[in-house]
Amino acid sequence: MFRVGIDVGGTNTDAVIMSGRTVVAGVKAATTEDVMSGVVEALESVLAKAGIAREKITHVMIGTTHFTNAVIERKHISPVAAIRLGLPATACLPPMVDWPEDLRAATGMHTYMVRGGYEFDGREIAALDLDELDRIAGDMKDKGLTAAAITSVFSPINGKMEQAARDRLQQKCPGADIVLSSDIGRIGLLERESAAIMNASLLALSASTVDAFADALVAAGIACPFFITQNDGTLMAAETVKRFPVLTFASGPTNSMRGAAFLTGIRDGIVVDIGGTTTDIGALQHGFPRQAATVVDIGGVRTNFRMPDVFSIGLGGGSLVRRLDDGRVTVGPQSVGYRISKEALVFGGSILTATDIAVARGEASVGNREAVASLDAGLLDKARAEMTAILERGVERSRISPVPIPVIAVGGGSILMPSHIGDLQVVRPENFAVANAVGAAIAQVSGEVDRVFSLTNGLTREICLKQAEEEARGKAIAAGAKPETVEAIEREDVPLAYLPGNATRIHVKVVGEMAGTGF
Amino acid sequence: MSSFSVGSSDMEAIALGGAFMGTGGGGDPYIGKLMAQAAITEHGPVTVIDVDDIADDALCVPVCMMGAPTVMLEKLPNGQEAHQALQKLEAYLGRRADVLVCIEAGGLNSTIPFAVAAATGLPLVDGDGMGRAFPELQMVSFTMFDIAATPMVIADEKGNSSVINAISNRWTERLARCQTVEMGGAALVALYPMSGAQLKRGLLRRTVSLLKEIGEIIASERKANHNPADTLTARLNGRKLFTGRVVDIDRRTVGGFARGRATFKGMDASVGKTFTVDFQNEFLVTSDETGALLATTPDLICALDADGGLPVTTEQLRYGLAVTMLGIPCADFWATDAGIELVGPGYFGYEHAYVPLHQLG
Repeated sequence: MFRVGIDVGGTNTDAVIMSGRTVVAGVKAATTEDVMSGVVEALESVLAKAGIAREKITHVMIGTTHFTNAVIERKHISPVAAIRLGLPATACLPPMVDWPEDLRAATGMHTYMVRGGYEFDGREIAALDLDELDRIAGDMKDKGLTAAAITSVFSPINGKMEQAARDRLQQKCPGADIVLSSDIGRIGLLERESAAIMNASLLALSASTVDAFADALVAAGIACPFFITQNDGTLMAAETVKRFPVLTFASGPTNSMRGAAFLTGIRDGIVVDIGGTTTDIGALQHGFPRQAATVVDIGGVRTNFRMPDVFSIGLGGGSLVRRLDDGRVTVGPQSVGYRISKEALVFGGSILTATDIAVARGEASVGNREAVASLDAGLLDKARAEMTAILERGVERSRISPVPIPVIAVGGGSILMPSHIGDLQVVRPENFAVANAVGAAIAQVSGEVDRVFSLTNGLTREICLKQAEEEARGKAIAAGAKPETVEAIEREDVPLAYLPGNATRIHVKVVGEMAGTGF
Repeated sequence: MSSFSVGSSDMEAIALGGAFMGTGGGGDPYIGKLMAQAAITEHGPVTVIDVDDIADDALCVPVCMMGAPTVMLEKLPNGQEAHQALQKLEAYLGRRADVLVCIEAGGLNSTIPFAVAAATGLPLVDGDGMGRAFPELQMVSFTMFDIAATPMVIADEKGNSSVINAISNRWTERLARCQTVEMGGAALVALYPMSGAQLKRGLLRRTVSLLKEIGEIIASERKANHNPADTLTARLNGRKLFTGRVVDIDRRTVGGFARGRATFKGMDASVGKTFTVDFQNEFLVTSDETGALLATTPDLICALDADGGLPVTTEQLRYGLAVTMLGIPCADFWATDAGIELVGPGYFGYEHAYVPLHQLG
């Protein structure tokens, strides 16, 4: 029983092979334009390194930033019919009103507003206008649109109208790819609608990408099912990703943080992922990344996905070290980036980098130490102090209490980490360089409920929380979680301001281990 | 004559200033900003005028949203409601409005009057009735100057509307609140119709331009990678109360409002201390672990995200979020006996007396 974790990043494709809780082997390869050949190369090289037979692989978990990059770069975006059910409400702000012009143009600006939608308490704003939907279906045919996103007001409370609209469209446009906002997002019409439209626009890309992953596995002779990790570090079946590519948007940083938690066994701590140019810092709570509080911008579009509260600072292994005229020493934010293997002093180059400082001080042993032997001790001390100060400030921002918690250093540049950050102990796990692929390999299955409850007729907050948790549990188990491992990781309730009837919005998320992962 | 013109891009700063002066409540002005920007793009910029340039016999009408901001994040307005409420009120009164008024310089209601002003072409006066956000209709300076909230018109997106005539501004609040819930939890209203002479007495002056200035300060400080807290406290004669991380939030629904208490672990200069902030939609009272008051309503308690420097609403408070709390002195008229009766600690059920910000800490 072996599992493979793969992280397809913008620059590197990393792969690990795990057996139970043990990392058998890990490798780094370059990401390729077609995605597939980079995955094949990483797979072949990790299989060779582990020396195991490929038929013993039972699961493959993939993390990817491919869909995020598509939106950011406005590449491979398909036109979408953006249909909103909510008239006579919502007319003031049509779909995609707050999108950047170029992204709106990429999706074709086919917006439709239809009578329908619900009030906060489940009453209908208006009956669904089926005739209008028939006209829209005709328009879609005329324009050759094959993807649509349907968003109804308060569909997170009641998704029936979105489903009815989908069924109606499919009668006239059989085979159309139709995304329902209630399957994707939470309360917040514009954000959820934008996510549904982006999702619909990525369906063609997600189909071909997921197929490329499948082809790569076939090419490598691996026949087992594969899964893809989503924003919060939990898994989706490959077929689900074909339908919901937007749910992978923040999986990159999530996987490196989850991997760090796994490699160290630490559930509450701070993860510092140091790359060549930047360092991502985030906090772990209960083994999962702490989520961002406010809305998150993806490619210029406001979304309300739950994403890790990670921030980046300009320090990495390739950061430039400079001595100023007044004697002060600066480190970064400029960096030699991926050229570090040619341009750093220890690699035979002529540029003083953060890595050179670490090697000269004996804190790391990469490259040729002789090349930095003559560096002035005062410079080394000042540069070291500056790097430590930058890292300390970053860690302090992520710290949630004065209670001492460990700091976990991962990523290729983590040789820059001192052994202590202030009063906090630094932990450097084995396999730190491929923590993100490990994070993919150990991803869990989740279930989530986020809805307004009315605390009347004897219903208490506690009863509703429990009801929500049961519902989330059911969703997790249906998605493949082992029932005995399912536990709640988020429970919150927000009373709706100004409303009598004690309306309250409850959000519960549960996670569990994937059945058959051999834990 | 000191009027100024507000274009689409100016709404960014006004919405940001509105989120700050919303003292944690009033909803995120994002939707209101987009509505105002759409209206300005279609109809042209809004002229903001000084109250002294308004004729004493002019008809001045505040327009605003009433209800749950959370509902409005989902059920966006049709866009005609506020305009319809205004037209129905004009029909009832038998005359046209001359000037629009922002009732609440905080939250969504700091931006909604701009959308109506752009659509109608009416000027908006530079000022408001609160200098912050408060949860109830009668909590405005106009109440203290004996200006009646009614006749008032409340309208929804379906075309429903009603005229309310009430014996007091408290009664207006009670009657309008029930209708708001039936209309789906959020409605648009036109109320407190008043003369230019009344407006000159009751208006808290130049708060619209202040919102814009605050928004511009926050934006430029963030751009320079500074947290805006120090610049804002200096500009508004306020005080940094503390910086801390949320370690607990206890939220309850009492009487149809979001009441609750957030507990913070002190950071930076406040390490080792614990703070609590009580809220009813807006932040009302904050004190430290010894029970000593740091600031109390009607003084403003405003929250900035300690990392990013953006305003934070009560609904955005969540475990682990680092926040810098600022105290800002309220407008002078709130710090009077009549003001304290309307919006002081006692009205919200607290036993402590109002102590001005600068006599605390």
